[in-house]
Amino acid sequence: MTYKFGKTLLLTGAALLLAGQASAHRAWILPSSFTLSGENQRITVDAAISNNLFYPNHHALSLEQVSVTGPDGSNIEMEDVSTGEYRSVFDVPLVQEGTYRIGSQGSGYFASWEEDGERRRWRGTEEELANENIADKPGVRISKNDRTNMTFVTLGAPSQSAFTKTGEGLELASGTHPNDIYAGEEVSFSFTLNGEATNGVEIEIVRGHDRYRDSEGAKALTTDADGMINFTLEEAGPYWLSAEVDGKAMLNGKEISSRTSYIMTFEALPF
Amino acid sequence: MRFLLTVTGASLLASPALADQIKVGVTIPELDVAEYHKPYVAAWIAKEDHSVAANLAVWYQLEKRGSDEGETWLKDLRQWWRRAGRSIEMPKDGLSGPTHAPGAHDMTFDTRSGPFADLDPGSYTLVIESVREVGGREMVNVPFKWPLQAGQTLMAEGETELGAVQLALISSID
Repeated sequence: MTYKFGKTLLLTGAALLLAGQASAHRAWILPSSFTLSGENQRITVDAAISNNLFYPNHHALSLEQVSVTGPDGSNIEMEDVSTGEYRSVFDVPLVQEGTYRIGSQGSGYFASWEEDGERRRWRGTEEELANENIADKPGVRISKNDRTNMTFVTLGAPSQSAFTKTGEGLELASGTHPNDIYAGEEVSFSFTLNGEATNGVEIEIVRGHDRYRDSEGAKALTTDADGMINFTLEEAGPYWLSAEVDGKAMLNGKEISSRTSYIMTFEALPF
Repeated sequence: MRFLLTVTGASLLASPALADQIKVGVTIPELDVAEYHKPYVAAWIAKEDHSVAANLAVWYQLEKRGSDEGETWLKDLRQWWRRAGRSIEMPKDGLSGPTHAPGAHDMTFDTRSGPFADLDPGSYTLVIESVREVGGREMVNVPFKWPLQAGQTLMAEGETELGAVQLALISSID
């Protein structure tokens, strides 16, 4: 449930209980294989929030919001589901050929205000926000968070249905298929925010196994006017991509600040 | 080190009277390893843009314990899988074949039928990709110009998972 939140919200100790993890922690969903051949295949998937990619060393990722969508758009039931201290694990049977989408999409609100001389911080859903009358707290500041945590897995030839736009939050809209990435070849991804191509989305790309190197070597990119980034990965391996953009959202007719994020894991194969 | 050797034969007698055959030779090296499995091998003709002009052969575990479990590892022939395999319903007649033991294996193709029949004149690459369970992977490329000249033999050599690879045009009286 916890993602890479903005630092400013997390600077005080009291915030930890509410926001959970500090920004250095990364959420990820990592399948045992991204590309498969044959029939009736099966993958096992790890989901965690950790300091290092992709070693579960901090906190399991809750699977409450995670779902699997098959190439035909149907919901695929996760099997052998388990959540431990450091990671969640589940299997996915792959029968249909094409690309599967595995992950979560959700939104929540942060609020902070002064009460009895103390700084109060709150986090919850839109429904909880209304039920607890958070908007009426003295001097309240509310912000919205939309977050997506995805990975894609393909049995047979890659298909496009997994990228059907929902029009909500940040989405990978087009470009290189994430299961068709090779070291040394240019990759292009285009992102949409609430269905529209958006420039200024900040992207960070980090190769896995960073615990075995001194510097994480993150690649920092920003989308252009077409919502597009282009990059070439020199090394094969599993990668973690984070896209983030700040903006505005409306709440009860008032403008509030919003942060929208999109996380994706993928692999680059050696040529 | 891969090398390329061009041998142009004295015979330049190519004429419609000749039935040309293409020989593709693949050598699987003998390896001294604790656990050996015969490799999966794919052979195809690539265009200059890496797209596939023709598939020649795929050697893999056709059946395992009565199931098609062998297809699970076809993706490990990762260039072939990307360029062709993932869009082909396997097994496929004339393409699928069983795995081969170490040694020299020759395939022959008639230029008037089969995968070479439809090649337009131009530059191509013969690609041989080999991958072995709990072993390594190697690709050997043999660039060539089509049509091949009579008596022409092109060769390349693998380093680890493949030995000599040969592409030759053999003419014979019809």
